Amino acid sequence: MGIQLAFYFFAAMTLGFALVSLFHKNVVHSAFSLLGTLLGMSGLYVTLNADFLAMTQVLIYAGGILMLLLFGLMLTKPSETERSLKRIFVAVILAGGTAVLSAYKMAGTVWSSGDGELPASTVKEIGLEFLRFDEWLIAFEFASIVLLAALVGAVHIARRRFPIDDTNALLKAEQGGAN
Amino acid sequence: MTPESQIVWLLAVPLLPLVAWALQVSFGRFLPRQGDWLPTGAMGLSAVIAVWMFIGVLSGHDAGTGTLVSAELANPLTWKFFFSDPALTEGLAGFQAGILYDPLAAALLAMVAVVSFLVHLFSVGYMQGDSRYNIFFANLPLFTFAMLAMLLSDNLLFFFIFWEVMGLCSYLLIGHLSQDKEKPRTEAAWASFKAFMTTRIGDVCLFIGMMMVYDKFGTLSFHGLYAAVADYTANGTHWEGWLTAAGIMMFLGAVGKSAQFPLHVWLPDAMEGPTPVSAMIHAATMVAAGVYLTGRLFLLFSPEAQLVVACIGAFTAIFAATIGITQFDIKKVLAYSTISQLGYMICAIGVGGVAAGLFHVITHAIFKACLFLGSGSVIYGCHHEQDMRKMGGLRKKMPITYLTMLASTLAISGVPFFAGFYSKDAILAKALEKSMVTGDWYWAAPFWLLLAAAAITAFYMFRLIFMTFHGKPRDHGSEHAHESPWTMTVPLIVLGTLAIFGGKFWLTDPMHAISGGDEPWFFQIVDDPTHAEFATIDLHDGHTEAAHDSHELAGHDDHDIAHTAHVRAMFMSIAAAGSGILLACLFYLWGILSAASIANRLGGFYRLVLDKYRFDELYNATVIRGTTVLSGFLCWVDENVIDAFVLNLAKLHRGGASLSGVFDKYVVDGMVTWVGETTVAAGQTLRRLQTGRIQQYVYFTLAGALALAAVSLLGIF
Amino acid sequence: MPLSAYLVVSVALFVIGLAMVAARRNLIYVLMGLELILNAANLNFVAFNRENPGDLDGQIAAIFVIILAAAEAAIALAIVLNLNSRIQSIRPDDADTMKD
Repeated sequence: MGIQLAFYFFAAMTLGFALVSLFHKNVVHSAFSLLGTLLGMSGLYVTLNADFLAMTQVLIYAGGILMLLLFGLMLTKPSETERSLKRIFVAVILAGGTAVLSAYKMAGTVWSSGDGELPASTVKEIGLEFLRFDEWLIAFEFASIVLLAALVGAVHIARRRFPIDDTNALLKAEQGGAN
Repeated sequence: MTPESQIVWLLAVPLLPLVAWALQVSFGRFLPRQGDWLPTGAMGLSAVIAVWMFIGVLSGHDAGTGTLVSAELANPLTWKFFFSDPALTEGLAGFQAGILYDPLAAALLAMVAVVSFLVHLFSVGYMQGDSRYNIFFANLPLFTFAMLAMLLSDNLLFFFIFWEVMGLCSYLLIGHLSQDKEKPRTEAAWASFKAFMTTRIGDVCLFIGMMMVYDKFGTLSFHGLYAAVADYTANGTHWEGWLTAAGIMMFLGAVGKSAQFPLHVWLPDAMEGPTPVSAMIHAATMVAAGVYLTGRLFLLFSPEAQLVVACIGAFTAIFAATIGITQFDIKKVLAYSTISQLGYMICAIGVGGVAAGLFHVITHAIFKACLFLGSGSVIYGCHHEQDMRKMGGLRKKMPITYLTMLASTLAISGVPFFAGFYSKDAILAKALEKSMVTGDWYWAAPFWLLLAAAAITAFYMFRLIFMTFHGKPRDHGSEHAHESPWTMTVPLIVLGTLAIFGGKFWLTDPMHAISGGDEPWFFQIVDDPTHAEFATIDLHDGHTEAAHDSHELAGHDDHDIAHTAHVRAMFMSIAAAGSGILLACLFYLWGILSAASIANRLGGFYRLVLDKYRFDELYNATVIRGTTVLSGFLCWVDENVIDAFVLNLAKLHRGGASLSGVFDKYVVDGMVTWVGETTVAAGQTLRRLQTGRIQQYVYFTLAGALALAAVSLLGIF
Repeated sequence: MPLSAYLVVSVALFVIGLAMVAARRNLIYVLMGLELILNAANLNFVAFNRENPGDLDGQIAAIFVIILAAAEAAIALAIVLNLNSRIQSIRPDDADTMKD
């Protein structure tokens, strides 16, 4: 009963903040409401007994990715937020189509109704899985390499620089400096 | 004499004039006297060699037994100097050419060489002052070379080649005066053209005949042909139609060359040439080549072909003689006389008297050359006057010319003991013999025609003598006539002497027909080839003994008939000659009868004969007009049918090409262009899809994914 | 709670993310939409993992997705910053130089 209540609560929290971030005009507000969504997701993981994942969700999403988004917002010029009816129409069609199709399929499928037997704590198991050579070790190491490459690549891409062929931009920058 | 040295001497006979020609044509202008001595001297040497060789042939003959003593001459000398490898000419025996020197060739070689030499000598005097003197003396030896080489040829092909060279020389010499630098004679050009074209008709026929026999027998050698024909016709008993046709075709070559009816028209016009040329080519040698050819090919003639030969000869003899009566140009009279006499010879061969015919060739060559040269002397003496009506009384002024021409006239008329008597008598005897042996009326016709021609010949020849030499001078020119220089009289004397005694020289017993003595040796040497060749074949086969015996028996009967015929023919020919001379005396010597009144009484017929039976006009109207019309028609066809066809074909092609060009331009190119343009247009159209906007790509991606999901989930398909 | 409840939440979250990617005219919103979509997928992984308790493959896959999402977010934000420095805009419609 307690889990059911928790589920409803976290589900409502997730979808509600997601809708807020979808519809809100202010991008900063949207970003912060996304924090609510991510925390709600973390709660849903908990209801699924995925405690390590819930913690990771909070750490990486709320603490890392969302902070990156906020930095991005701060470093760029606030974009126009006026709505385009044409886009909304397209988005509604696409999203609605996806929703209708998914609902149709889900309604036509017999799902397992019973609660699965949840493991008590998954932290240790997950750690062992990652360290087992015949299971996830290679992928785990590759993931670390991917992260490293992504970090180096991100630094390289985001580095402020003037391309060699963009002499006009360079001139403008110098003139601007002189003025 | 060994055969090898014989060959060397024989080759010298034609090659000396050839060398003379080569030198004369190259350097004649620069030599003293324009080099006339060079060909004349060469011909003299040639004549000496030819006569010497001929004496060698005579010495190989024993008149007493009538057999050939010399083994070399029993087998005719044949030297193959040119041959092709039989291995290379598959299916054919290989072509061989060489020298054939048998008594027949020997006699004619000596005659031609001597007459040619005398004509050369005569020309030195006669052609004095001609603007193309050196050219004349270049053409003359070339002609002689061709004639001598032709006589020595042992095969039809080389015979034909030299025959054509002679035709060319005849053309050049007849047209000699047409190129005169002072007063060129158009008539001479036309005459040479006419002579060349008319003889060409015969030559083409001869060539066709040659091809026919070569196709069948694979050889053109005379002796090869004799053997092949004897074999093919079963010793002359079974003749096929094509062989008759081939014989007649080859005979037509002789008809053209010897000016026989119907190709006789060129010879009178050929008198446009200088008189020595007329004497040599158109009286003594070249025209006799046709007779020689006919004699050589006699064994190839079927009985039908022989009848054709005899009839053409006999008809030409009488036909030309009648024209001869009416002519006034001294050379024209002699020209028709020549045609007539050639008819005699041809007819003689047609009736089987090859030896008689060729005997007449030789005697005729002598006295006709003498007559022509005499007429040349007369023309020269009368300052180039040729009309007999303006002559007369030349007997006193030109005694040598008169006497030699009289001797020749007596010879041609057939007065006993002159040369022509023997040969003409032999021909008449042969003709009578043939008609008696066969008993057919159409074989009798030649004899009577020839007999009438003999009488007419005597008449017109004495008419010529009386009009020219007797009576009073009828013109200024003949009043101041003079005898010719020695270069002209010497040949006359030589020939005149031969005309008197020549006949006897050839014969050991001239009156053998009456006395029952041996055959004249000439007839023994130049035997009618019929018996000898076919008898050889008989013996060679060995199993035709019976046939040989029957032939012997038949020969015995024939001998009796021949004897009877000979006696009868001799008296008839003497009577004919006598009557002809008597008539001529009545008309032209004593003036008892008037030629003019007779001519008036005959009226139209006289004019017809005077116009030479209007053959020139007939040929103009038919052959020449026909040829012109035909060539005009062919020209029209060429222009309007063939050209039009070709042009239309070209137009058609051009139309097709332009059609295919259109196809290429609009269909092929169009397709290529359409593909390209469509690609470009599609690219331009689809390019708008590539907006570069990320979210649009997202739309498309999602829409595609949705569509796929819808398809798979809803099971639409 | 039954599995289908989680699936409904997951679908709803996915649709919201999709709409965010499709409709908003700001690259930051697009990135946020992508995060929502990834979270929806993660929720599915984890929810289906509960039906198969023998191993933790679903949760581990979700962890890898989170790792990749972190890398993706880092690179994408670097690109956004670069784009902003080049065209002074982070509107996806303005970044259409690929058209030409």
